[in-house]
Amino acid sequence: MNILVCISKTPDTTSKISFKNNDTEFNAEGITFILNPYDEWYALVRALELVESGGGKVTVLNMGDATNDMIIRKALALGAHEAVRIDGDPADAFTVADNIAAYCKTQMPDAIFLGKETIDFNGSEVGPMLAELLDIPFISYVNHLEQSNGSTQLTREIEGGTETCEVAGPFVLSAAKGLAEQRIPNMKGIMMAKTKPLQVIPALSGTARVTASRFTLPPAKSGVRLVSPDNMDELVRLLHEEAKVI
Amino acid sequence: MSVLVYIESPEGKIKKSGHEVATYAAKTAQILGTEAIGLLIGQAENAAQLGEYGLGRILQIHPSENPDFDAKSWAKLISEVALAQNASVVILTHSANGKSMAGRIAVRLEAGCISGASSLPDPGTSFAVSKSVFSGKAKVNYQIQTSTKVISLMGNTLQPEKTGGPGTVEVLDKKLDTPSVKVVSRQTSTGIVPLPEAELVVSAGRGLKGPENWGIIEDLAQSLGATTACSRPVADSGWRPHHEHVGQTGVAIRPNLYIAAGISGAIQHLAGVNNSKVIVVINKDPEAPFFKAADFGVIGDAFEVVPRLTAAIRKFKQG
Ligand SMILES: Cc1cc2nc3c(=O)[nH]c(=O)nc-3n(C[C@H](O)[C@H](O)[C@H](O)COP(=O)(O)OP(=O)(O)OC[C@H]3O[C@@H](n4cnc5c(N)ncnc54)[C@H](O)[C@@H]3O)c2cc1C
Repeated sequence: MNILVCISKTPDTTSKISFKNNDTEFNAEGITFILNPYDEWYALVRALELVESGGGKVTVLNMGDATNDMIIRKALALGAHEAVRIDGDPADAFTVADNIAAYCKTQMPDAIFLGKETIDFNGSEVGPMLAELLDIPFISYVNHLEQSNGSTQLTREIEGGTETCEVAGPFVLSAAKGLAEQRIPNMKGIMMAKTKPLQVIPALSGTARVTASRFTLPPAKSGVRLVSPDNMDELVRLLHEEAKVI
Repeated sequence: MSVLVYIESPEGKIKKSGHEVATYAAKTAQILGTEAIGLLIGQAENAAQLGEYGLGRILQIHPSENPDFDAKSWAKLISEVALAQNASVVILTHSANGKSMAGRIAVRLEAGCISGASSLPDPGTSFAVSKSVFSGKAKVNYQIQTSTKVISLMGNTLQPEKTGGPGTVEVLDKKLDTPSVKVVSRQTSTGIVPLPEAELVVSAGRGLKGPENWGIIEDLAQSLGATTACSRPVADSGWRPHHEHVGQTGVAIRPNLYIAAGISGAIQHLAGVNNSKVIVVINKDPEAPFFKAADFGVIGDAFEVVPRLTAAIRKFKQG
């Protein structure tokens, strides 16, 4: 099976977020970037496992500029066979999906995996858009996947539970916790990643449908009100009378 | 022009999140000076009551069946209705199914899409909607540049509001295509409000020392009618199920009340919970970073404080 894993670059989870140019742009200064955890821990690792046991190859794809090569090399170090970078600005979800779809139309993979969301823009939009552009099924928030007799059984998270479904033919899935266990790249993987093919292709031209006009940080809390551990009646009173949440 | 809102009816029932999107659609329609139309797919008890939330018309397809979900065929059907109703805005719930369809519908309608919106649109210069980004560390105002817009609404963004009497339900003679995905089984726990929709959440971390100690957390949750959650290492160690993991790499929540016991308040944890309206932190370490993000704090041993709080709540509820 040939699996395409779409990966993105996100600020490290410990990052303090700030903005520039009158709060219209993310301030990347001093930020360490990582491979988006959902793409890395779950989508990529499950794709690698499937190829390790059933044959085929894992291609990772990212849209962005050359500064993204470092996260692409990380995916290669984890075991992906080859990489593609679409050289352009991932301006909004549609731009990204449109570019990936154009690439897929030249070489259609058997399945496309991506993380359930990126931890920066939390969109969950690229997967369903890509599936629609390719006119194939999309299964969201998959936390378990098995294959047998040419069909794939997937379990997806739904509100308050899970749903198990079956799909035949190419599909797009978004990966959630549980689908696989995080791997750590080893020295051999890191060395091999340097020589694995990374193809850079030009982006389509297009304009973003959605633009960010202003970012804001949440208002700082006015300070904690301490309640004595011996007086939980007082806490209940505060939650009821002042905070009005119970 | 119209605003079309798809209202979920899992197992034939419309939930509070359904009334939230109906209210949101009615208000959006009011802002745009147009009509809000509700769409149901499958059975839905009390469908006509949706009119009370301000929907001018309620359309229903497959009114006596419970068809299984499939993003591809459902998104196609909703898009077709949107086109037929000349909808300039399509609204969905930001749920597992809603998220699976928003992007697909946007592609079909050549629309810009905002998933997880947390404000009503500001019609000003260009349709602007805000949403939480960086897993709750910040907010952004997005502008949609296309004439048609697709929005999925984050739970608990607004309260359902009744503004009128019941509506009438028109059954549409349309059908879902053959599904592209076959649903084999569904496992849902009944009675518990799922975390993304929960108004009250009780959460615990590694300070609870082991899974055998979760009884006091469940008791507290039960006394409030709250949903339980946990920190990442707790889920990773298998003390609690993965779906309870909140934070930057877990579920992002925005309840009215979040009570955290034995959780240090690491930046990744805060990211997923700091949109909670009120945060109560119980921790024995006065230096725990979580106190900086809390509204109310109790410095003490969770094993003593939590049962006391449960007792106080029970007393309050009886009183
Ligand atoms: C890439 C990445 C992503 C991450 N994503 C997440 C995420 O999504 N969500 C998340 O939660 N974490 C996440 N983490 C982990 C995060 O950094 C913290 O390690 C984690 O949140 C700590 O969990 P904790 O507070 O339960 O445990 P600890 O940090 O061990 O804190 C335990 C707390 O309990 C207190 N305590 C101990 N005993 C008692 C007692 N008897 N009574 C009262 N208090 C007591 C202690 O004072 C301490 O503050 C992530 C980390 C990384 C690297």
